[in-house]
Amino acid sequence: MYRYDAYDQTLVDERVNQFRDQMDRYLAGKLGEEEFRPVRLQNGLYIQRHAPMLRIAIPYGMLSSAQLRALAAITRRYDRGYGHFTTRQNLQLNWPALEDVPEILADLAKVQMHAIQTSGNCIRNTTSDQFAGIAKDEVVDPRPWCELIRQWSTLHPEFAYLPRKFKIAVTGATDDRAAIHVHDIGLRLWLDDAGELRVRVLAGGGMGRTPMIGEVVREDLPWQHLLTYLEAIVRVYNQFGRRDNKFKARIKILVKALGVEEFTRRVEAEWAHLKDGPQTLNEDAVDEAKTHFPDPARRPVAESAIVAYETLRQENRAFARFVTNNVMDHKVPGYKAVTLSLKRREAAPGDITADQMDAVAELAERYGFGELRVTHEQNLVLSDVPVDEIETLWQKLDALGMANPTVGTLNDIICCPGGDFCSLANAVSIPIAQAIQERFEDLDYLYDLGPIDLNISGCMNACGHHHVGNIGILGVDKKGEEYYQISLGGNADDDVSLGKILGPSFYREDVPGVIDKVLQVYVEKRLDDERFLDTYRRVGHQAFKERVYA
Amino acid sequence: MPESDTSLEAREVVTTRAPLIKLGQHVEDTWVLSRDTETLPESRPAIVPLALWQAHSADAELAPWLPSDTELTPALVATLEQAALVAIDFPAFTDGRGYTLARLLRERFGYAGEIRAIGDVLIDQLYYMSRCGFDALALREDQDIEAALRALTAFSVSYQPAVDLHEPLFARRLREHRTG
Repeated sequence: MYRYDAYDQTLVDERVNQFRDQMDRYLAGKLGEEEFRPVRLQNGLYIQRHAPMLRIAIPYGMLSSAQLRALAAITRRYDRGYGHFTTRQNLQLNWPALEDVPEILADLAKVQMHAIQTSGNCIRNTTSDQFAGIAKDEVVDPRPWCELIRQWSTLHPEFAYLPRKFKIAVTGATDDRAAIHVHDIGLRLWLDDAGELRVRVLAGGGMGRTPMIGEVVREDLPWQHLLTYLEAIVRVYNQFGRRDNKFKARIKILVKALGVEEFTRRVEAEWAHLKDGPQTLNEDAVDEAKTHFPDPARRPVAESAIVAYETLRQENRAFARFVTNNVMDHKVPGYKAVTLSLKRREAAPGDITADQMDAVAELAERYGFGELRVTHEQNLVLSDVPVDEIETLWQKLDALGMANPTVGTLNDIICCPGGDFCSLANAVSIPIAQAIQERFEDLDYLYDLGPIDLNISGCMNACGHHHVGNIGILGVDKKGEEYYQISLGGNADDDVSLGKILGPSFYREDVPGVIDKVLQVYVEKRLDDERFLDTYRRVGHQAFKERVYA
Repeated sequence: MPESDTSLEAREVVTTRAPLIKLGQHVEDTWVLSRDTETLPESRPAIVPLALWQAHSADAELAPWLPSDTELTPALVATLEQAALVAIDFPAFTDGRGYTLARLLRERFGYAGEIRAIGDVLIDQLYYMSRCGFDALALREDQDIEAALRALTAFSVSYQPAVDLHEPLFARRLREHRTG
């Protein structure tokens, strides 16, 4: 993964010093609340319901074991001994003290981490495919490109006060695991007939109050121009995006208002001036970025070991369940990617304790070359595990409560922190997740249901990405009471779709029962191995609506 | 500083000029700023709204300030060249359009004169402003000049090129690797 050189380190160290000075001025009453706000947000610091919240950047989800240990130490020293992985591959601390934040940032800088631009109206942490570099369907490894984007966007002097937040996602695989259609900019790396890398550039996707699917601005951008083209898009947005109404300030509203043709025309006109400028990439620059993401020194795995693994899978039902759901095929025979589930009933989805962090760091060193990935489904991945070590790893994960064989099932719920922690939320979300997990914990039933994305957001800001859940749940507030609106048919993959609201919202205690009715309709109507999403698309909304409101 | 001094200073500032940093130095400001769109101020030299300046652009003691939603055109920039300086307004410090305006003036149109940030110009935005081509920073009256000067040198390294730096860090690294 990317390692800092002296320049990167200097920059994050200077950022810590800058924020220390800003915090001092704030605490001394020399920097007002409103003026401190964007400054702290762009250092990841929110003022939340119970306490400040600090969002730590994990660039495109890549994390080293040493970094995870440092995070464990930070949560013990400054927080309550746990952290929360988010849908944007970051880590949140729920209970830091305001005045400790400069020290936390200093501790992070020691392990090449920071909280820069994890919030605020600026370019946020770039997200990507958690299986980057190892997926069988990968065409181009997105990580060197993500790193180039990370550097370009970090402390960008022109784009720190955009109309609204700005999120970029990158995929280089056939299957989009980065949800590029619902980001402000989505990038798909692909190869043309001559084997040259091209970039499909989408703009104007997003969730939140007005969910929209991104439009194609450029189908075949040559890779040399990636950074200048991004600069042109963000510059057009900075100039013309609405600033009078924060609910209409995202780039999706601008793209919609201008129409994609006019938006593209403006971008191209701007880009004509930036094209071939100093940020134009060359092979040396890209090759340098690639050197940070070498294949690990994988040992050969004997054919007999692969056979033994398959045999164990036949013979041991519990192991088979784990493999089917939590183990992903790898581009190298004999290797697999293993997902560590952070979904269990006793804790909020995405939560991890400091002890678990330490234990996972050790597992990463023993079984995964000291590296981890954070997924937007709020789990962790060990990307390079030889098949002859998966059984042992599985047993160790089971002991840690991280082997729930439910990845990709209804129980692998994506969920924001909700009203228990977040001051923006209308309603709680974690207790809803827990109630659903409790109701549907029978593994055979979960497997029979097959892959279902269930996403929960506690408010319109859609941090739980409910719009793209096959089943989406949104907390709403009606006259001070918490209700839940349910939508069906959302999907974040390539055949992207936004969920359609089922009808009037429900009381909290009724939500699991409603989900049950929705699933009954699916089970009755499905054909053969049809997925929930496909059945929904085939039979339509009405059948589900009638049953639920009968 | 005793309270009476502060209030005296604040009153003085309202009737005269904002604290000014020019080319990284705290300097005495000779210009007054007027936001009156109808009539010219009595005091000179004066920075006045763009439209008013356009009606009096022959007066060398006047200079224009641009609202943040100004669309720069070659024709407009050609007229701006006549002025002793161009100011760009920050109606709120969270309005980031001025950064783009300054970069376009410098990089697109090659404007080499003074670009002055006016309005809600605060310590914590100065570093980015200076990177984008502002060489004069007329601070909001309540801003501490020492902290402002400190903020300008917060960083010694940047990833991206801007007005102050033409080589992105990735290119600098390659160059340094080549030359050892």
